[in-house]
Amino acid sequence: MKVSNISWKLGGEAGSGVLTAGLIFSKIFARKGYFVVDNNEYPSLIRGGHNTYTVRISSSEIFSINKSINILIALNKETVELHQDEVTYGGYIVYDDNVLDIGDFKKARRDINYIMVPFYKIASELGAPGVMVNSISLGVSVALLNYDLEMLKNVVKDIFSKKDPGVTNLNIKLSELGYKYIREKLKLNAYELEIVKPAGKILVNGNDAVFLGAVRSGCKFYAAYPTTPSSSILNSFASVEEDYNIITKNAEDDIAVINMVLGASFAGVRAMAATSGSGLSLMSEGIGSAAMTETPIVIVLCQRPAPATGLPTWTEQGDLLFATHASQGEFLRVILAPGDPGECFYLTGKAFNLADKYQIPIILMLDKYLSESHFSYDKFEFKNITVNRGKLITGNKNIDDKYERYADTDDGVSPRAIPGVEDGIFIANSDEHDRYGYTDESSYNRKTMVDKRFRKIEKLFEEIPPPRIYGPTDAEITIWSWGSSKGPILEAMNILNQKEKKVNFIHFTFLYPFDGEVIERLLSETNKNIVVENNKTSQLAKTITMNTGYKIKNKILKYSGRQFLPEEIISGIEKIE
Amino acid sequence: MKKSGEKTMAKGKSKRKRYNLDLPDFNTERKPTWCPGCGDYSVWNSLKKSFVSLNLRPHEILMVYGIGCSGNGANFIKTYAFHALHGRTLPVATGAKLANHKLTVIAVGGDGDGLSIGGNHLIHTCRRNINLTYLLCDNKIFGLTNGQAAPTSDRGLRTRSEPSGVLEIPLNPVLLALASGATFVARGFSGDVKHLSEIIKKAIKHRGFSFIDILQPCITLDRSNTYKFYREKIYRIDELKNYDRKDLDRAIKTSMGEDKIPIGIFYQVEKPLYEDELKQIERKPLVDHTITDIDINRLLNRYY
Repeated sequence: MKVSNISWKLGGEAGSGVLTAGLIFSKIFARKGYFVVDNNEYPSLIRGGHNTYTVRISSSEIFSINKSINILIALNKETVELHQDEVTYGGYIVYDDNVLDIGDFKKARRDINYIMVPFYKIASELGAPGVMVNSISLGVSVALLNYDLEMLKNVVKDIFSKKDPGVTNLNIKLSELGYKYIREKLKLNAYELEIVKPAGKILVNGNDAVFLGAVRSGCKFYAAYPTTPSSSILNSFASVEEDYNIITKNAEDDIAVINMVLGASFAGVRAMAATSGSGLSLMSEGIGSAAMTETPIVIVLCQRPAPATGLPTWTEQGDLLFATHASQGEFLRVILAPGDPGECFYLTGKAFNLADKYQIPIILMLDKYLSESHFSYDKFEFKNITVNRGKLITGNKNIDDKYERYADTDDGVSPRAIPGVEDGIFIANSDEHDRYGYTDESSYNRKTMVDKRFRKIEKLFEEIPPPRIYGPTDAEITIWSWGSSKGPILEAMNILNQKEKKVNFIHFTFLYPFDGEVIERLLSETNKNIVVENNKTSQLAKTITMNTGYKIKNKILKYSGRQFLPEEIISGIEKIE
Repeated sequence: MKKSGEKTMAKGKSKRKRYNLDLPDFNTERKPTWCPGCGDYSVWNSLKKSFVSLNLRPHEILMVYGIGCSGNGANFIKTYAFHALHGRTLPVATGAKLANHKLTVIAVGGDGDGLSIGGNHLIHTCRRNINLTYLLCDNKIFGLTNGQAAPTSDRGLRTRSEPSGVLEIPLNPVLLALASGATFVARGFSGDVKHLSEIIKKAIKHRGFSFIDILQPCITLDRSNTYKFYREKIYRIDELKNYDRKDLDRAIKTSMGEDKIPIGIFYQVEKPLYEDELKQIERKPLVDHTITDIDINRLLNRYY
């Protein structure tokens, strides 16, 4: 059957190579020019527990995975137990009767096809360990889609390039056996994807995109404490330290991290850290230190659900109000929330420029879903990220005789000298200070400095774009959301609009400072408003109320630790009417 | 990381001009506000003396200050200064040093700052052997908040927060630094500025992390650890026979003596410097790298 898009899910025990196989599967389609979005789910364990990897492939642009699975590959019983109901009418479940008894499952769903593949037997006949059955599953999947086996072999070679060639060859051999089992033994062909114009696409997740954007932006110092879901950014930076002259520091805790970043930035380099919400809790005081000393820093917050340890490997948009308010006292910061890896890339560039230009802390908010879900892209136009370091003084040429680091300027931004500049000496003082940096607790000075630091907001507002509107302007229903919920909402909106329901979507990537006037204007132009957020307490809706007085009453909220699927948004909207 | 043993020597040690600065060249427009007789004056003076004698200029030095009486020194010594959050001098100093390893970076903080709230950073900075100097202004009390017990307060000391006496045993900062791997560990006494200046000078010159525990009586809040008390108890490590500064066992034993208080350099060894192992900064400091148009084409190709 020829199709324009398919969804594929692989499930197995943690440690059985599900995540690697899933990434390979995504890549073999992105490399050919297909549009790919994927998502993985795993518990906070190294071995045991249940892992899945979902890949959606399409010949035209897509924004998210969806609920209906065409091919479900079950390397364990749980995969069928937990995901059988996601398989679409006429879809396929591939299983091994050595690991599960399919009888009862068949009775429950007679509308789908069941294909028995003896994964473990094939592997053991070749003397391969059980963990390698994932390679057989890739061959099986490629065969079921009548797809390109050579492409699969090439990607396997690349992914395993650092391993022993014996291991690579074994994986390739297993893929071939899986492929042959379907083509030659069972002579099956499930679906065939529409052909696309050949165009190699890169496949990046949110963390990759942030990393790439940071390298392009000239980030020279990256510090972090390992924490899911931000850890892959640390690993990426560590892998290019010498090639790109970057120092990566895996520090003793998140407090050390933010203070090292402060020290590096104060000394003149662009510096960044990434963490989860638990790390941001520890960093809070440091964010205030950046604000008080007017030291530019970029913090990447990869959210995960719940307070305390919560659900470390799952997703939620629960930290918006925390990020906008973390640390004591009143001060200016910028909160950015990209909606997909493409926005992660360009907004990271923006984050560094805003930090330098306004000498304030910038927080870039992702979540586990966005951090780890891959999207296919034409190569990023990296030249679109340019570097603007603002009023930075790196030599003695442009400096006054009596240099004032915290001069009370018209735009609130004061020229910033870096240590080593002969006439630039100053104190970056965590105490309230005067224009030189000397401690000064006088009431006149306190008010002057607060006003100076807050005055930056005027220019800042000028370069913060309003939220982006997707879909028709004359919609009956307007969805409001932010950050990573973008993809599933766009999918839902497109489907709803095909049903002649006029829906549009206002997406926030800049969340703070919040220009209430712009939002009031937007609110005056919309009809029925619905907020969609991956949290319990509708924090964007609260932010809108705080800044405009307007309450959006219709809410679709999800806080199960999983991101939205388009189908859930569609049914949510249908229920509201 | 480079292979161990493949050490980079400081290249091109050209003769440096003599600047002939004097102590007042390191004074800011602000006069110190410490209590008269406070040990912080001695640290202030010793630092300035060391800078003059090492021929350093103010803009080549970064001082990172903690929170507490000693931290207020940020206002009184003319160098680049970062007045950090409570307990966070060492990570700020580490970040700055890695960004520009040509700077002379010195962290100063009290015993509450460095051993209580910032204790974790001390342990890990000792492990790192970055070319930093850390002065612990050890008055065995929380001074700025008017007298609560610090980690170095003696057991049984009655304080505002422990009116019946401190129940914990005091932490030994020298022993902690030795155990954590610091390559230069010393103790000074604020009552002996000449000796303290010499130690500070040697600490700054040391290639690696140098730690100095500076005993300084809090003349306002502490009636037991007075100048008189210290003068009676103190002896100089230099006076010990056959003392080998490279001998860690001896250093540890010496630091643990309970009757008398040794001052001087307990331990000094040369070990691979953290910065020397970073190829990224072999040619020039991070801060000197151009960042205007970094080509990431190669990097993007990884993602096909």
